[in-house]
Amino acid sequence: MKDTDITRLVYAHLLCIFSIILSTLLPSLFLENFSILETHLTWLCICSAFVTAVNLVLYLIVKPNAPSKRSSLSHKVARFLKCCIYFLMSCFGFHVIFVLYGAPLIELVLETFLFAVTLSTFTTVPCLCLLGPNIKAWLRVFSRNGVTSVWENSLQITTVFSFLGSWLGAFPIPLDWERPWQVWPISCTLGATFGYVAGLIISPLWIYWNRKQLTYKNN
Amino acid sequence: MQKVLVLLFLAWICFLFYAGIALFTSGFLLTRLELTNYSSCQEPPGPGPLPWGGRGESGACWMASRFSRVVLVLIDALRFDFAQPQGSHVPGEPPVSLPFLGKLGSLQRILEIQPHHARLYRSQVDPPTTTMQRLKALTTGSLPTFIDAGSNFASHSIVEDNLIKQLTSAGRRLVFMGDDTWKDLFPGAFSQAFFFPSFNVRDLHTVDNGILEHLYPTMENGEWDVLIAHFLGVDHCGHKHGPHHPEMAKKLSQMDQVIQGLVERLENDTLLVVAGDHGMTMNGDHGGDSELEVSAALFLYSPTALFPSVLPEEPEVVPQISLVPTLALLLGLPIPFANIGEVMTEAFSGNKDSQPHSSALAQASALHLNAQQVSRFLHTYSAATQDLQVKELQRLQSLFSKASADFHRLLQNPQGAETTLQAVIAELQQFLRGARAMCIESWAQFSLVRMAVGATLLAAACFLCLLASQWAISPGFPFRPLLLVPVAWGLAGAIVYTGLLATTGLKLDPVVLGAVAAVGSLLSFLWKAWAGWGTRRPLAALLPIPGPVFILLLLRWAAFFSDSFVIAEARATPFLLGSLVLLLVAQLHWEGQLLPPKLLAVPRLGPSTPAGPPRHSSMHTLGLGVGLLLCTRLAGLFHRCPEETPACRSSPWLSPLASMVGGRAKNLWYGACVGALFALLAAVRLWLRRYGNLKSPEPPVLFVRWGLPLMALGTAAYWALASGADEAPPRLRALVAGASVVLPRAVAGLAASGLMLLLWKPVTVLMKAGANAPRTRTVLTPFSGPPASQADLDYVVPQIYRHMQEMFRGQLVRTSSQGPLTVAAYQLGSVYSAAVVTALTLLTFPLLLLHAERISLVFLLLFLQSFLLLHLLAAGIPITTPGPFTVPWQAVSAWALMATQTFYSTGHQPVFPAIHWHAAFVGFPEGHGSSTWLPALLVGANTFASHLLFSVGCPLLLLWPFLCESQGPRKKRQTPGNEAEARIRPKEEEEEPLMEMRLRDAPHHFSAALLQLGLKYLFVLGVQILACALAASILRRHLMVWKVFAPKFIFEAVGFIVSSVGLILGIALVMRVDGAVSSWFKHLVLTQQR
Repeated sequence: MKDTDITRLVYAHLLCIFSIILSTLLPSLFLENFSILETHLTWLCICSAFVTAVNLVLYLIVKPNAPSKRSSLSHKVARFLKCCIYFLMSCFGFHVIFVLYGAPLIELVLETFLFAVTLSTFTTVPCLCLLGPNIKAWLRVFSRNGVTSVWENSLQITTVFSFLGSWLGAFPIPLDWERPWQVWPISCTLGATFGYVAGLIISPLWIYWNRKQLTYKNN
Repeated sequence: MQKVLVLLFLAWICFLFYAGIALFTSGFLLTRLELTNYSSCQEPPGPGPLPWGGRGESGACWMASRFSRVVLVLIDALRFDFAQPQGSHVPGEPPVSLPFLGKLGSLQRILEIQPHHARLYRSQVDPPTTTMQRLKALTTGSLPTFIDAGSNFASHSIVEDNLIKQLTSAGRRLVFMGDDTWKDLFPGAFSQAFFFPSFNVRDLHTVDNGILEHLYPTMENGEWDVLIAHFLGVDHCGHKHGPHHPEMAKKLSQMDQVIQGLVERLENDTLLVVAGDHGMTMNGDHGGDSELEVSAALFLYSPTALFPSVLPEEPEVVPQISLVPTLALLLGLPIPFANIGEVMTEAFSGNKDSQPHSSALAQASALHLNAQQVSRFLHTYSAATQDLQVKELQRLQSLFSKASADFHRLLQNPQGAETTLQAVIAELQQFLRGARAMCIESWAQFSLVRMAVGATLLAAACFLCLLASQWAISPGFPFRPLLLVPVAWGLAGAIVYTGLLATTGLKLDPVVLGAVAAVGSLLSFLWKAWAGWGTRRPLAALLPIPGPVFILLLLRWAAFFSDSFVIAEARATPFLLGSLVLLLVAQLHWEGQLLPPKLLAVPRLGPSTPAGPPRHSSMHTLGLGVGLLLCTRLAGLFHRCPEETPACRSSPWLSPLASMVGGRAKNLWYGACVGALFALLAAVRLWLRRYGNLKSPEPPVLFVRWGLPLMALGTAAYWALASGADEAPPRLRALVAGASVVLPRAVAGLAASGLMLLLWKPVTVLMKAGANAPRTRTVLTPFSGPPASQADLDYVVPQIYRHMQEMFRGQLVRTSSQGPLTVAAYQLGSVYSAAVVTALTLLTFPLLLLHAERISLVFLLLFLQSFLLLHLLAAGIPITTPGPFTVPWQAVSAWALMATQTFYSTGHQPVFPAIHWHAAFVGFPEGHGSSTWLPALLVGANTFASHLLFSVGCPLLLLWPFLCESQGPRKKRQTPGNEAEARIRPKEEEEEPLMEMRLRDAPHHFSAALLQLGLKYLFVLGVQILACALAASILRRHLMVWKVFAPKFIFEAVGFIVSSVGLILGIALVMRVDGAVSSWFKHLVLTQQR
């Protein structure tokens, strides 16, 4: 059970990584003058869209959590709407946190918000797919001894890595190297992306490494 | 006894740090040997004939004098572009109209009409660009070194050879008017002098008007040879309003009129020099080495033609000290001995109709004299010290001998070609520039041994802090031997060292003496620690800082090694602080201390509830965290930009209200400031009332009730006067002036008396005797008489306290139904923290006065921030009832980070130009006369206010969890699950929270915890200073070392000293309260027995 889960996890993560790589390569075929640094906002939008799409597809294919008992259409629609609201709230929440951390308040609002959207894509969307719009479940997953499956464990790791990546991404900003990627929020978005990818790579490895120690309560 | 030992232990460790800092500083901050040799007429600088007759002629010395008289107009901070002629604008562009551009029209007119009579130069100033250093350079022709920058307050007379000295010994009559800095630099040099106070930077007109009153009469009566006028208005206008203020235009126009008037009155034998001593930044400050600060204007004008060639397109760039040899030779004086400037050859070319050959020869002669003098100086200097690089010196000497030989050959063979002459001039100039470059280079010499030993001492002291902080709370910590033996060893080392020096007859260096003592005591401590440690504990316990916090601290320390990060520290520190706060919240959540109980009871989680029930709801803690972030961000709005980031704009709220134009906004801001003041006051009073500390009739409480509002009123009134002083009607001027002297002093006096009261009677417990006072249930059954010995008391005191807890309901008034109360003792539970908070508030008010009005908002935020942080930290600290008590590392790190953040958000930057000098005038609008310690104290208190407040408030980190206890258990009782339990054990339910009395219950653990807290705080600060020292020594050849790393090190070092003193004072205050509580209990025992 566990080994098959891990294999599926690896494939899912490879798909996510592939989508990110695709989002950097594909648009240059269709768009003129596309580059990650210069048309950064476009890339952010495309990347977010790709990652969200892949996550949704994965959710539909893999169905990691047990199917809900109530499966009426209205329930599904309500659930979907709730997910959308949660996603928007997380975007605004991240935006507020960035400003509290020192991002400019009035200038570069669009940039900051798109960074918030990207970070939400890397963190909130997987949470929504896996756990649904259920804050309590989220709180449970992100506490000690709270994970109940391989999927939740990998979710924990990728989310933490995305946050760490974007946090570390802020460090080059004050340096006087005068590189184009040192501008807010490019280094942070790149950091978040690298962190997410690193989390995607590391989490299956880590789970595989520790598969003997990991015992999930309800599996 | 143990308390005294704790304080002594901390003081000893501080001494170790101080010794390390002093040793490092003595090796790092550069010094230059000041030679006391003098040039004289009789002694030419080198062999060879003196040009143009020399000695024989009257008024001639090394060279025949070209002018017999000179008028030197020094306009302080006359930046080059202030004097730059405004050419016709490019048609497409709109003309720039800045208040400081094109206001000196007379210069431009003269340059256009009489191009052979006048020259404008862009003079290149050597940093530090402070007035005293510039005056030294402008008269000696040398380079003042970095450490001089600090002694701007205490300017002392110049001992080196200088122009003024040469003038007086040549018998010239010097008349001076203006800046009284000259009085200290050249005591008794002037035949007539009109000094005006320079220190009051808010006063734009006194000095200038004083000069103008005397300038023209003196000029016309003719009893002078050299007239020096030093105007300060432009500089003061820059400090007060900045260059972009309309006032600057007025000031410069006034200067223009002065120059115009002087030019009209000049006679033919007189030279007019108009010079700026330095420039100013965009904000009007100076002291550093930015382009705007180091470019000053220099203008020469002679009524007779002086310059041969036509005006250059762009004014020439000359080093500022070039003026010294030029003036000396033009006036027929010897060049000052230590001069390393190069003559401005243009001024020695004779008349406009003289032959090109002879004018070139005259230039070469002047240069040769100059080169001889510089060569003589280098020779003497290198004989006296080893500063100069030998190789470079030899190269220069050979260059000089070649040029000199060429010159002599040329003199003997005057028909020499034009080209040889130009070659000689080029060689001489090359020599002079090389010499100057070498001097600049090598007066940046470090003593590597001292730096290395100093850094090692600092590192060892940090290690000691870490070691002792782990050890202090363990039960068997050998206080006495660990303190006394090392101190004895240190003293022994010092005595041996002194003895050695006395026998060999060397000079005693106090810095080295301190270092020897420190090393001696350190070694013996480490030896004892090694002996005591090795057997019992694993070495892994040496790194006790939890991983994430350690990484944060590591990042912070690493940031000291990057100039970009030092410059950006004002933004990096809040970032790290925010990260630490969110980390704390996340950690609390992760550990399951925040989950609502319902969630924890989810069955599929099983029985894995860690760390007991949650003590705080998650929303509460999250709210604290976000509030903290919000406060940090708001405080960040009060941000002063470092000069290195031109794109950044400083917050306009840092300037005093007096500089605001527009009444409405000013009034609104004033209202906001006073509001902040009273909000602060109300918050503190509310807090004290909440813990029942406002009830007692004791003097400190009365002071808090009545004295604090009085202080707030005084502050508000002072602000009103200070912000509107210029608009006061004339008949009220005297009153306003008097009040602005009295009010700040009164507030400071009130604060001081409040602190005295607090120290005198720190325990403000209100005892209420009930109606039926003598209760039969007395505690002291085992005792029949008064306690005989200390042992008895030790037994009695906790017991009586417990009894009081049972009987008297602790600190809260409760008219409960269980019968009449005998004694109600208020505030016992918060007796320590109330004293600390009161002391902090008392300290805050005088510090507030020293800052600009709008900084009061930052101080309000500061209190709010530390309150939130303390609450947040308290949520994560478990109370271990019998002890040992610990303060976790994250608490101490967050506290230190917040101190740094507040340093920046109160408008400071770790560079000298950013120091708030105006703080010295609060309460002393007329300046201080000759005393220097008081202004230094005021400015220091302004600069290091946040260090002081946070270090005095440090004990709160230990006390706060106990305060928060009063909320925790009560909530617990409310939960339905516990009710049954409570009914079973009603005694338990009755028990009031002991709060800070838990600390008293375990006095040993209490003092150990205080020691540990002090050691941890010292460690965090000590590693900062260590990182600064290492950065400064490793990067000592970095481009930014004098601009960024050295000032950062100095600020960090002084901040460390202030913090350590504050820390010891804070801990001493807590101990004083503890002692007073003990005696209060004794007193209680005695009254009970009667």
